[in-house]
Amino acid sequence: MSDVTSVPDARGYFGAYGGRFIPEALVAAVEQVADEYEKAKADPAFAAELNALLKDYTGRPSPLTDVRRFSAEAGGARILLKREDLNHTGSHKINNVLGQALLTRRMGKNRLIAETGAGQHGVATATAAALFGMECTIYMGEVDTRRQALNVARMRMLGAEVVPVTSGSRTLKDAINEAFRDWVANVDSTHYLFGTVAGPHPFPMMVRDFHRVIGQEARAQVLDRTGKLPDAVVACVGGGSNAMGVFYDFIPDAGVRLIGIEAAGEGVETPRHAATLTKGDPGVLHGSRTYVLQDEDGQTIESHSISAGLDYPGVGPEHSFLKDTGRAEYRPCTDADAMNALRLLSRTEGIIPAIESSHALAGALELGRELGPDAVILVNLSGRGDKDMHTAAEYFGLLDTDNASDSDNASGGAK
Amino acid sequence: MTNALLDQTLAAARAENRAALIGYLPAGFPSVAGAVPTVQALIDGGADVVEIGLPHSDPVLDGPTIQTADDIALRGGVRTKDVLETIRTITAANPTVPVLCMTYWNPVDHYGQARFAADLAAAGGAGCILPDLPVEEADEWLAAAAEHGLATVFVVAPSSRDERLATITAKGTGFVYAAAVMGVTGTRTQVGELAEDLVARTRATTELPVCVGLGVSDAVQAAEVAAFADGVIVGSAFVQRMLDAASEEAGHAAVRELAAELAQGVRKR
Ligand SMILES: Cc1ncc(COP(=O)(O)O)c(C=O)c1O
Repeated sequence: MSDVTSVPDARGYFGAYGGRFIPEALVAAVEQVADEYEKAKADPAFAAELNALLKDYTGRPSPLTDVRRFSAEAGGARILLKREDLNHTGSHKINNVLGQALLTRRMGKNRLIAETGAGQHGVATATAAALFGMECTIYMGEVDTRRQALNVARMRMLGAEVVPVTSGSRTLKDAINEAFRDWVANVDSTHYLFGTVAGPHPFPMMVRDFHRVIGQEARAQVLDRTGKLPDAVVACVGGGSNAMGVFYDFIPDAGVRLIGIEAAGEGVETPRHAATLTKGDPGVLHGSRTYVLQDEDGQTIESHSISAGLDYPGVGPEHSFLKDTGRAEYRPCTDADAMNALRLLSRTEGIIPAIESSHALAGALELGRELGPDAVILVNLSGRGDKDMHTAAEYFGLLDTDNASDSDNASGGAK
Repeated sequence: MTNALLDQTLAAARAENRAALIGYLPAGFPSVAGAVPTVQALIDGGADVVEIGLPHSDPVLDGPTIQTADDIALRGGVRTKDVLETIRTITAANPTVPVLCMTYWNPVDHYGQARFAADLAAAGGAGCILPDLPVEEADEWLAAAAEHGLATVFVVAPSSRDERLATITAKGTGFVYAAAVMGVTGTRTQVGELAEDLVARTRATTELPVCVGLGVSDAVQAAEVAAFADGVIVGSAFVQRMLDAASEEAGHAAVRELAAELAQGVRKR
């Protein structure tokens, strides 16, 4: 396991996972991204410009918040939240977007396309396009345009075109398919600003690197606050970008458990979940070899989660590698447990988390009860919950009945 | 290793000073059983070579027409074994027509590369076109294909640089699939320009026949492409004929008719 931080290799492999499974039409463009990224890494001006944006535009470093009242529900373990929800645009996604937007400008391209599930990556991309004066088209599954309508309005307000995707499951997987189709046709002018640590090499590595700042800051903040490293780091995993970002600098710290929380939807014993690492097996999806939810014939199975950002039947290849090497653990969390954690954090701390991040919170509650009161658990709070108020209002019956589309206003609300 | 029937068929077209007509249809479309007479109509109309598509849940290189067909096929319950069975039935009835399987990589990977090569060869298949398997990832497949006498057709694109073309054509067998345009499958009003340059650049690297696909839908375009290519590949236009038809029989007649028109087109260079 000594090599867990020296991945990927030159061909983009993290152990058996990763690589580059793409049509020939995209090979030149993907190689250009890889070359430009290597050059940018060696250019102090690139780092300086990115760091200035992260500080003055995004608002980094993001704070670390002790959540004592919430922790009381977690067996008394001390829970610390890394506040990526406080970044400009409301999630961790902006870290990667600003890096790739700068890269796009270096490549001389003037059009950004992206997929989005929860809409946070789409909003971040539309934001960067506005800031850099670029054209922007966002692909979003039609199901997700409805459940994350606030973010559709934000993207359009920022000047982006939002295309609802009606193929397949009409969610994140299909939005990625459509973005690839656009890229193949417009690759001369267009950069596909991929939003998670999946896709063909170099995306899994590059997106991880742009999010690494989360773990770098958090590691120092936890040491400073508690005098030691945390016992565990917990993050939700859709494609896996916020998790890779917060995990990466802890990988050499063998005593720190790394725990990714996947969306179990209605339960991993049902067919309606998105727990790729728990229930999938290795295959090729969206340009890399990784765990995939697939049937006996290698056809992708549609995933289900109340959280649009975690509703994806694939996962970044580095997570597949960390799972197989045992350096990270992955656990499922149901819709119901995530929604309860969402409400609990709101009511105990005055922080309304995204439904995605609520999966990590639910994982931390469970882990805290396992580890006991001496444990310190770092949770990546990847985003804020404004976008989810429609879903939460329906789920918990928060609106007066003539406004709510759902008349069930029981406070338990599970349905 | 290559496939003798495919090589002979393309060589015969070249000897007649014409391009070959290569037709594509997905298996399972319009139904598992209904694919056989549909492909037969393509052959009866005059296709020299047939590509049978393995429908996929995530056809990222296909436009709306083939996406729709794949969707119909998968909803109809088509399985990988049905695709192989369709190939077996077609090759048994048409022993002189080379039949290739065109498929995204994951279904082959999941089936097992060696097992798929063995079963495709046993079904009488001539080889595979694997549009999302780059040469860099293809060594294991190429060995299995060689062992079973299957051709492996790689795709080149207008964006492929010359040195990369050489790498690709060195590994491919049967023919080279030159994508006429940057984009996904689907009919287009314009095809020629990028394709002609790509064919010329590809020929500079290989003796293999170079066939052009993506966008061709009628005899005029087929003739235009036949002027500079060894083969003309048509897919979406056939699928569209089936989708537009009032009945399966009417669809077969329309597919046969289009194949006949295109077969004339490829003879007008
Ligand atoms: C707030 C938030 N967290 C997490 C995710 C999941 O993505 P990833 O697993 O790449 O961090 C999303 C994706 O939309 C998101 O918006």
